[in-house]
Amino acid sequence: MTVAEFAEKYSMEVLSLPDPSREIKGGYMGDLLSWVMGRAKADQAWITIMSNQNIIAVASLIDVACIILAEDVRLDESIIENAKAKGVNVLTTKNPAFEVACEICHEIK
Amino acid sequence: MSEALTFHFDVNGEDFTSAGQASVRFKKNMRELGVDPEIIRRASIAMYEGEINMVIHAHGGVADVAVTEDAIEIVLKDKGPGIPDIKKAMQEGYSTAPDNIRSLGFGAGMGLPNMKRYTDEMEIESTVGVGTTVTMKIKLK
Repeated sequence: MTVAEFAEKYSMEVLSLPDPSREIKGGYMGDLLSWVMGRAKADQAWITIMSNQNIIAVASLIDVACIILAEDVRLDESIIENAKAKGVNVLTTKNPAFEVACEICHEIK
Repeated sequence: MSEALTFHFDVNGEDFTSAGQASVRFKKNMRELGVDPEIIRRASIAMYEGEINMVIHAHGGVADVAVTEDAIEIVLKDKGPGIPDIKKAMQEGYSTAPDNIRSLGFGAGMGLPNMKRYTDEMEIESTVGVGTTVTMKIKLK
């Protein structure tokens, strides 16, 4: 399933979607950035509640399909601009991280 | 390709939120060279961790990258406080990062272990009060 399809199906708000047709091939949940960099794989959806500028660089470097911000976490406008410039997809949802993980699981099984 | 292609990056130690600029530029350079995406991913994560370390602990530094037919070599050099016990610093979970850095999601004690995990060779030379040089190599063949 693509990031755009996933966002629509689960009513997620799109903050940045420069690469809508990117396929989600799995998921990873975590807020410690170095931990995520050590364990997450390319093409996964990364679920986090971190909202600082560094998440964009991390997502870009590990090459995840998208960042999904759980619990209605928001980003500053400058960070959203940075995400668009770096080609990083970012979604946000009111759901807690666990439920987002279940939704991803449901789609890739 | 007999000669190495070299890239030089200055890592600004003043602004933590923009840390990663050198790694992102490096990633772009490697893409333009047509390097395998998984190798680019490993090399740029290793470089980012090193860059973050230089910003957190050493007020920045410099990164020099050399790409040959066989390998990517990344040398990170800083004039920071040095690492008193390298063996300890290499342990997963060991960190001396301050609380404000931890609140940003860093300081999990995974930086150096990740750099080792994602590279084929890694060497640390450090002198307390003088600085640290980390040399990493990622094989292309």
